Amino acid sequence: MKEQPAIQIDDLTVAYNYKPVLWDIDLTVPEGVLMAIVGPNGAGKSTLIKAILGIIDPIAGSVRVFGKAYKEQRKLVGYVPQKGSVDWDFPTTALDVVMMGTYGRLGWIKRPGNDQKKASLEALEKVGMLAFKNRQISHLSGGQQQRVFLARALVQDATIYLMDEPFQGVDATTEIAIINILKELRKRGKTVVVVHHDLQTVPEYFDWVTFLNVKKIATGPVKDIFNDDNLTKTYGINYKVAINN
Amino acid sequence: MSLLEYFDQVFSDYTLRTITLGTAVLGAVCGMLGSFAVLRKQSLLGDAISHAALPGIALAFLITGTKDTNLLLAGALVSGLLGTFWIGGIIKKTHLKTDTALGLILSLFFGFGMLLLTFIQKQPNANQAGLDKYLFGQAATLVESDVLLMVIVTSICLVVLLLFWKEFKILLFDPDFTKTLGFNTRFIDILITFFIVLAIVLGLQTVGVVLMSAMLLAPAAAARQWTNRLSSMILLAALFGAFSGVFGTAISASQNNLSTGPVIVLVAGVFVLISFVFSPGRGLLFREIRFRQNRRDLQLKKTLQLMYSIAKTHDNISHPHAVRILNNFQGFTKRSLQKMEEKQWITLQQQHWSLTERGFDAAENLFNQQDNDESAN
Repeated sequence: MKEQPAIQIDDLTVAYNYKPVLWDIDLTVPEGVLMAIVGPNGAGKSTLIKAILGIIDPIAGSVRVFGKAYKEQRKLVGYVPQKGSVDWDFPTTALDVVMMGTYGRLGWIKRPGNDQKKASLEALEKVGMLAFKNRQISHLSGGQQQRVFLARALVQDATIYLMDEPFQGVDATTEIAIINILKELRKRGKTVVVVHHDLQTVPEYFDWVTFLNVKKIATGPVKDIFNDDNLTKTYGINYKVAINN
Repeated sequence: MSLLEYFDQVFSDYTLRTITLGTAVLGAVCGMLGSFAVLRKQSLLGDAISHAALPGIALAFLITGTKDTNLLLAGALVSGLLGTFWIGGIIKKTHLKTDTALGLILSLFFGFGMLLLTFIQKQPNANQAGLDKYLFGQAATLVESDVLLMVIVTSICLVVLLLFWKEFKILLFDPDFTKTLGFNTRFIDILITFFIVLAIVLGLQTVGVVLMSAMLLAPAAAARQWTNRLSSMILLAALFGAFSGVFGTAISASQNNLSTGPVIVLVAGVFVLISFVFSPGRGLLFREIRFRQNRRDLQLKKTLQLMYSIAKTHDNISHPHAVRILNNFQGFTKRSLQKMEEKQWITLQQQHWSLTERGFDAAENLFNQQDNDESAN
């Protein structure tokens, strides 16, 4: 039996006000990989994730998740948005935010109960934030907020995770905590796609990589394609990165 | 009539009772829905909607020729919704930003409404007088059926709020994420906006086009200061709104019939002022007190550290040292030394200080302690 890829993108084009942000993207994300999407600012990395999730309507193209349209497979896909996309002064607690990850499976009107609370507490513990469960979210540090977002995605209990810059503005401890969770997800057979900025850590953290700059430059295993050639093509300058140290 | 007389008569006097009940219910529903507007950073939307409702009132009068409140408010609802819809359209389809779209629609609709009002006033028939009460509101014209309508709308609003609580909350916090969970965010959005428009239209008769947005925003802004929970915020906002309505009516009725709408808004403003100064978590007063406390505390710790570094060089940590060797830059004052003695960190003897066992430990754990303080907050 031929296995379906986790995500299959065909001919995806997205434009804001006539200016193309993503141009004719074909991309296959195999199941079980930990993939980084890299590219310069304005390359359309976040847009790609948002287009996969249907937050942005593409002009053309299709996104399939395990062979079916994304809309039928929503519950299989978890999402960690950019930390800056929400107002952290919102009157709610860390636990409450994590509980929001359970809303999708609950569906309309039904309220979260004990099961959902238990799952959320477990997720908070997994990201090392259990002690902060009743903390108002504006009183969390940037790294802690990022962990709360990650915990919220974990309770979605998805098969595929899309994360928009989860390492942005976090300290070394949080970065290690997050990458360990990502690697554990991969170990459990989940597929994780991460918008990533720090090229130095790509070989260490990820096994697959996609180079993006409006068009797709290259995609594949890190050990095969993470090289000066592709970096230069993506960033337009000879990006000297020490790949093997 | 004095304030006391007012509260004496409010249960027996029909007019007073109706007006008071009406303004209280209106305040409550506005506070509740205003919380949504404030949290979505759509504070100015209320202002635009209320102004956009004016031409609807005038047109409803021109078409039907009656001054039936319900008909006029239906007109207001239609033009209010139309204005809201256009604001959304402008933001989505053009490069204009939200504030520009709001300002445009507000002034265009209001201008058109004023034009129609002056046109109506020039009409020969005698029926036209009194439409301008919708500009600043006239609570005295509230009758039982108006209040009944408010109660019904508020009840429906409450039921919807309880039913879709979870959906409202997540949409307010993170709309994109809500969409990825499979919720129809457009539907939730329209539901919230519709109720906000409805509440505004209900308030036009009492508070008027010009001041209506304050009814939405003031109770919500005040409530936000006192709590970090969405449910308590909405509850508090409803309470503040209701009290503003009652107190506003009481003051206006007892002081030679001052115009009720502005008084209600001013009372709500007092709630805001008090909340911004005196609320324990976010209020200016306690923030200043905490700031000063922290500064004193830090100064003390700084001095302790200096003493620690001096005492460390001696075999006997309690070896006395002259006060003079502490310099002013490290925060030494008579007061801080006294304070340290109270904490039993040091003992003072004339012009000499010596570190105690306890002070030594405190100094050693200074940074750990700071961590503890942080997580205890």
